[in-house]
Amino acid sequence: MGKRQFWIAREYEKCSGCRKCEIACSLFHEKRVWPEASRIRIFMLVPGVEFPHLCVQCQDYPCVEACPVNAMSVGETGAVIVDKDACIGCGACIDACPGKIPHLHPAENYAVVCDLCGGDPQCVKVCQEGGWKALVKVEREENVDYRKYAKSPEELTRELAFAFYGEKSEELLPC
Amino acid sequence: MLGYAGKILEVDLSTEKIRTVSFGDDVLGEFIGGRGLAAKILWDRLGERWETVDPLGEENLLLFLAGPLTGFFPGGRICVSGKSPQSNGMVGSTVAGEFPIELRCAGYDGLIVSGKAEKPVYLLIADSEIQIRSAVHVWGKDGKQTVRILTKEGRDFLKSLRRGEPREPAMLYVGPAGENLVRTAAVMAKWSHAAGYGGYGAVMGAKNLKAVLAKGSGPLPEAHDIKKIQRLINEVCRSCYEKEDFRRWGTSSAGYNVGAKRSAEPVKNWQEEWHDEKGFKVEEFEKRLWVKKFWGDFGCPTTCLKIAVVKTGRFKGAVGDNPDYELQAYVGTNLGVFKPEENVYLASLVDDLGLCGIQTGNVMGFAGELYQRGILTSEDLDGLKLEWGDAEAFGKLAEKIAYRQGIGDVLAEGTFRAAVKLSELKDEDVSRFAVHVKAVAVGAHGIRSGKDYPMEMSYACSVQAGDHTSVAYLPITHSTSELTVVFHDSAVYCWFNMFGQPKDLKWRFYEAVTGEKLTPEQWYETKALRIIQLQRAMLLLGGPDFTWNPKIHDDNPLRFYEPLPTGPYKGKAVDRKRFEELRKRYYEAVGWDENGIPKSSVLRKLGLYDVVSPMEKLRSKT
Repeated sequence: MGKRQFWIAREYEKCSGCRKCEIACSLFHEKRVWPEASRIRIFMLVPGVEFPHLCVQCQDYPCVEACPVNAMSVGETGAVIVDKDACIGCGACIDACPGKIPHLHPAENYAVVCDLCGGDPQCVKVCQEGGWKALVKVEREENVDYRKYAKSPEELTRELAFAFYGEKSEELLPC
Repeated sequence: MLGYAGKILEVDLSTEKIRTVSFGDDVLGEFIGGRGLAAKILWDRLGERWETVDPLGEENLLLFLAGPLTGFFPGGRICVSGKSPQSNGMVGSTVAGEFPIELRCAGYDGLIVSGKAEKPVYLLIADSEIQIRSAVHVWGKDGKQTVRILTKEGRDFLKSLRRGEPREPAMLYVGPAGENLVRTAAVMAKWSHAAGYGGYGAVMGAKNLKAVLAKGSGPLPEAHDIKKIQRLINEVCRSCYEKEDFRRWGTSSAGYNVGAKRSAEPVKNWQEEWHDEKGFKVEEFEKRLWVKKFWGDFGCPTTCLKIAVVKTGRFKGAVGDNPDYELQAYVGTNLGVFKPEENVYLASLVDDLGLCGIQTGNVMGFAGELYQRGILTSEDLDGLKLEWGDAEAFGKLAEKIAYRQGIGDVLAEGTFRAAVKLSELKDEDVSRFAVHVKAVAVGAHGIRSGKDYPMEMSYACSVQAGDHTSVAYLPITHSTSELTVVFHDSAVYCWFNMFGQPKDLKWRFYEAVTGEKLTPEQWYETKALRIIQLQRAMLLLGGPDFTWNPKIHDDNPLRFYEPLPTGPYKGKAVDRKRFEELRKRYYEAVGWDENGIPKSSVLRKLGLYDVVSPMEKLRSKT
């Protein structure tokens, strides 16, 4: 066995919505402050209900399975690795993802997915430094169903909005 | 210049013409962006006929300008401006949120809106795709419903552009108050973020513009040295992370510090400025109301905002940002309201209505005092009994203001204009109960105890009048001085994250982004001074309904000369002689003559040749 595999666990209610993760991610991958190219994206469909949306590394990797050109693979950290030259930007991985998490790079035609920064995820670093601790690097275990964490922005919004705003959340949801 | 998208979007709502405008390095280097650039644009386009421009007329311009540091410096904001329907001058009013980030990522440093739409519209900006869309269906909707409906429409449009789940566009909007041209209406973001000073919500309403939405797919503009910027971001953040108290409580801890200890918090329309420490306890808000303890906008390390939900009682279901210090004061203590639940209810109500909490809390306090004195009766108030501390009554009054119903129509004009009108109606001078400077209600920081930050001439000499975030201060190079604030509001970022940072950090940050060196001498002796002169000129020209005479109006609210009746600083008041001395010294420091009018020699030295003659005209009149 090579490197230990891990994933980024998340405690959504601790997310401050500061988007420092997006800044750190895009600086690392793109050398620019570029929120739309960030592999981790903060959604705010309802004010206050911010949450990070990023790959959960389902144990059966449906996105990798669905890719028609074999542009996706599983790296030794457990992250999904996209071969951007091979990717045709068809979006099959988005459809296959139970959380609709992958998105297309805003300037080039390929899917972007969290690659765990090769083992030292920058988003976790800034989130921990700032004390919010919404993102935590956790070793992966066998027999855990990671797929259950993959949820669409609408589902997550509904759940969190209810947690914060109770029954009033129904009249605040845009979806 | 590096650090800029290089274009500003301009939309004329009368003709539906859309274009972009650009400014050369000479202009950007001198006026930076945000408030500074707004002063330049407004003066160039409207300066010649400033006195005749109706702030609520078609000819006014509405500016939303970011700056070169927006998005890079932690804590994104945007500066909203135009001719102010409050002061009749120009106020740079900033609000936090992701809107300026989206705008810059879409390729624009700002947005200029001119003209007036025939019917209610909103703007949708998605990179180069600009749409003027009907807003008839959201006209009349409160803040939360506006956000809900337009978030969905914006996302639906983005879904049609590309595959995958799009994020929401960022949004600035007005509530019913802005639509009804209430002069205390704010430009809103999220639910409770507001650009309140200046009254630009009414300007949006006057243009039939309900909202502006933006989504940009590009990166922030190319900067001079991104590695250095990254190091500077880390430097700012590390220092902010150490501010435990500020992060934990935000400005709301001031309710205790300013109210109980420093005795500078408005109580019952500033009749007092003290309450005992049992008054507002910030811990009670946390325990009883907070559902989110750290909340912030783009890149913010401090995340000083909190979300509050009323969980029990009469006002159950009220939701919004936990009232910051200003709103704890203005829709709390200033109305005699001391219960956290009631404070959150009133704050969330004024937010939903799109009212500025400061300006509206001030005018409601004014009405409360007139009721206390029997000048306004419950008959004048359509049956309302406006007793201090009655949150429900003040809530009803806020609604009357937002919809201009009954007495609300008079109060919707803001404290100063309402006082003029009520003095006529009641045949009694009520202006001594009006706590404002040049029609801008002063922030919740009193002067009388001498223990808070403003100086005796701070509001009287500010080019933004009562704005507590931009006060006249000596020396003018001080971190609290308006001339320093002009940098924050022109480079446009949240300057709470600048608290306690080394003085030179802002210049270093500016250089890392733009590649241009900026020295404190250049800033304070030339650039900031130039922006201040333009704002001062526009403020003094005023019109069309009122103009200011500095001899009379560069003054404190009369209340500030009355002795404090209670608290540890009982008996203290502003000393008129000391105030006049400080005013004189301030005039000298910023190059104004003994009557407060910018000197021709100073204007010429700053290259403001076209300001000379209008100021000479004013000089000959005083």
